Amino acid sequence: MDEPTQVPDSYYSDLKALQAVDFTLVELTLYLDTHPNDLEALKQFNSTAKKSAELRDGFEARYGPLRQFGHSLSAYPWQWKDTPWPWQV
Amino acid sequence: MWYYEKKLQYPVRVGICNPRMAKFLIEQYGGADGELAAALRYLNQRYTIPSRVMGLLNDIGTEEFAHLEMIATMVYKLTKDATPEQLKEAGLGEHYVDHGKSVYYHNAAGQKFDMGVQSKGDPIADLYEDIAAEEKARSTYQWIINISDDPQINDSLGFLREREIVHSQRFREAVELLKEEQSKKRVF
Amino acid sequence: MSTSRKWYIPYVSPYDPCPPLGPISYETPVQLYLGFQPQGMEQFSPFEALAHGTLWPGLFTPYTNPYLSKRGELNTDG
Repeated sequence: MDEPTQVPDSYYSDLKALQAVDFTLVELTLYLDTHPNDLEALKQFNSTAKKSAELRDGFEARYGPLRQFGHSLSAYPWQWKDTPWPWQV
Repeated sequence: MWYYEKKLQYPVRVGICNPRMAKFLIEQYGGADGELAAALRYLNQRYTIPSRVMGLLNDIGTEEFAHLEMIATMVYKLTKDATPEQLKEAGLGEHYVDHGKSVYYHNAAGQKFDMGVQSKGDPIADLYEDIAAEEKARSTYQWIINISDDPQINDSLGFLREREIVHSQRFREAVELLKEEQSKKRVF
Repeated sequence: MSTSRKWYIPYVSPYDPCPPLGPISYETPVQLYLGFQPQGMEQFSPFEALAHGTLWPGLFTPYTNPYLSKRGELNTDG
């Protein structure tokens, strides 16, 4: 039986960097839902969304796709099904 | 529709191999004020809530599924390497006999998840219900923190508890938005 | 600045079966006081926000096990 390969240590710190930026987006989303006219928050949301997309691209290049149904590209063979899943790391 | 993202919202680390914690944590998985109940309640209420707060219910409901996944991750990690004997000692013997090591939608006392989640169709009644639900979930996290001896689990639970506070804040703001006189702003 | 933990002392009967636990606490976090969140509130950095569970220090209400800190906090709360 082959042992599944483990993620490198950098996976955890890279993941946390993405989680931090994406959490800011969660907070700003809920905030803007009740403060739709806050222009500063809106600008921050848009610039943070760009930052998140950059981090996501780098993360996916290193560790595989984060989203599916066509929102992430895949190398061959199909990577989406690969372990580890979030509850395993 | 929804898209899955292959990452947790917040890192979950379990520091101590104590399967008994899984029995307590399951309250927030399949309990009356747990994350599943919250997700289903908000996503169900969003259809009949006034348009200006529909988005908020949609988004908080969506975030609750990320919290559900964090709780399941803790339960899974606490039980996956436990022997049947250890599960029995942890008070999970009945769970093991009925469900094996599967995560299951029931509360800490083993009662099956109750699909009777609250939705009245009255915007104020529903939002007050939601505020109360957030406060109840916040207190459940406090009770679990009080009986947990795992600082790493408590770190994740502290995050989840703070999310209840922010959600409660947003629901309170939603009530204020619905109290405003809409007709004054509208151009006919 | 309001405190986020309040205390009360329940009635103790001489016929209570167990020794009294002393003062009882309950939480009154910041969302009970803030009202509609004002624009431009100070923010945490993204990493700090993740660690605190909120983007805004003004919405952060930490929690610790009150059974571990009961006496000390009671004294500071008055």
